[in-house]
Amino acid sequence: MNWNKIFALSLRHIYLIKGSFPRILDLIYWPTIQIFLWGFISKFFTLSSSFYENTVGIILSAAILYDFLFRSSISYNMMFLEEIWSRNFTNLFIAPIKISEIIAALTFTAIFRTLIGLIPASLIAIPLFGVSIFKIGLPLIFLLTTLYIFGVTLGLLVTAGLVRFGPSFENIAWASLFFLAPLGCIYYPIEILPYWLQIIAGLLPLVHIFEEMRNILIYDIVDVYQILKATLISFVYFILGIIVFYWSYDGAKERGTLINMGE
Amino acid sequence: MKLEVKNLVKKFNSIIAVKNISFEIKKNKTLGLLGPNGCGKTTSIGMMLGLIAPSSGEILIDGIYLEPKNRIKLLSEMNFASPYIELPKKLTVKQNLEIYARLYGVKNISERVSEMAEDLNLKNFFNKKTGELSSGQKNRVSLAKSLINKPRLLFLDEPTASLDPDIGDFVREYLEKYKKNNEITILLASHNMKEVERLCDSVVMMKKGEIVDKGTCDEIVDKHGRKSLEDTFLKIARSHNELE
Repeated sequence: MNWNKIFALSLRHIYLIKGSFPRILDLIYWPTIQIFLWGFISKFFTLSSSFYENTVGIILSAAILYDFLFRSSISYNMMFLEEIWSRNFTNLFIAPIKISEIIAALTFTAIFRTLIGLIPASLIAIPLFGVSIFKIGLPLIFLLTTLYIFGVTLGLLVTAGLVRFGPSFENIAWASLFFLAPLGCIYYPIEILPYWLQIIAGLLPLVHIFEEMRNILIYDIVDVYQILKATLISFVYFILGIIVFYWSYDGAKERGTLINMGE
Repeated sequence: MKLEVKNLVKKFNSIIAVKNISFEIKKNKTLGLLGPNGCGKTTSIGMMLGLIAPSSGEILIDGIYLEPKNRIKLLSEMNFASPYIELPKKLTVKQNLEIYARLYGVKNISERVSEMAEDLNLKNFFNKKTGELSSGQKNRVSLAKSLINKPRLLFLDEPTASLDPDIGDFVREYLEKYKKNNEITILLASHNMKEVERLCDSVVMMKKGEIVDKGTCDEIVDKHGRKSLEDTFLKIARSHNELE
């Protein structure tokens, strides 16, 4: 892999973000709104029922982590869609860049977009609701890394769809995460799901990540096995995502969709 | 670079877009690829750029097969410009050229970018966003991008389409000058027959995915008993009363 080319591809997106205040505002706006919304909802539950005592921290932490996953996936898709919208797609695919370099550049750059949204939202939650995601401690790094890998994998799968089927696949980009959210057990334990859905949900890393988050926040227990399991599952999906992307690229070359792809 | 196309075929399901075409462009020569809309020019260029997988046939560049294992090596010596593809609109001209210079592994990036800006009169809008430029300015930026890596094989798809006569002439003159001073082989797809006569050493005429004629401009005009390449193009395009 040529790191200079990966840097050039990343630079294109960094310039784009740096040169547009509305874009930065948009990246910060939605995660912050999420924090306000979930913060007030969980505060209301806490005040209205003793059953919901101490839920603000858990729900809000889950909201922040879920938003991190959502933003990482959407960031990945958005960067690829930018190439289609700007009709730069053909220029990119006739440049001497390996597919692995495109994947690497999108993977590394998505983190910037994601953190621009996540950091302000996480910091706002501290004074406003007395909730700090950083209370999770060192395992937070592993949970975020695993979420990021899975988010990028979802982005990679949607991107593969865009390459294969063209811009009409764009709607799937926005729907992909909402489809998985109920199975991710973000705000509730896996036991809530019917048994057959529990089996399917167990195949996703999300269940293990959010179960672990609750373990740490409620019982102050760190289950290393659960974290490793989540990371391993995420990696398997990531490798699968790469294979699907290459398969889509070959399919696009067969169908001729790489040339003149635009809005 | 020498480009050889041998028995190239592209089928999209049951539709045959390109039917067994063969031609070659000798090193440092310019070939015009002509034909009515939908005749298979873009599909053929797509295959020569490695964007479309041929159903059968071979493409050789300087004797090297254009196939996945040689893709990066060959693409770094090639480039493409078309008014139908653009550079990121929200980035400045300078940013776009710098990024593509990096992607093509250009050494002395600032020097090369400045050189292109000077040659193609981009200085006045060098720090302006590409999306804010006029079509003539965009066209010159696109040409600068296509020459940023000093390609030895250049594909141009209607490089002067939608340009006013003045800018169109500037582009043609620039290409003539560039050709004279650099080692470059060019494949030019164009509907402007005057441009083809001015820039091309030979032409290939396509219709319905097939090559219907090839040779120098004069040879083709004489063969069809017409006065100009434009007349010859019309004769070929309208033969058998088949409007596509």
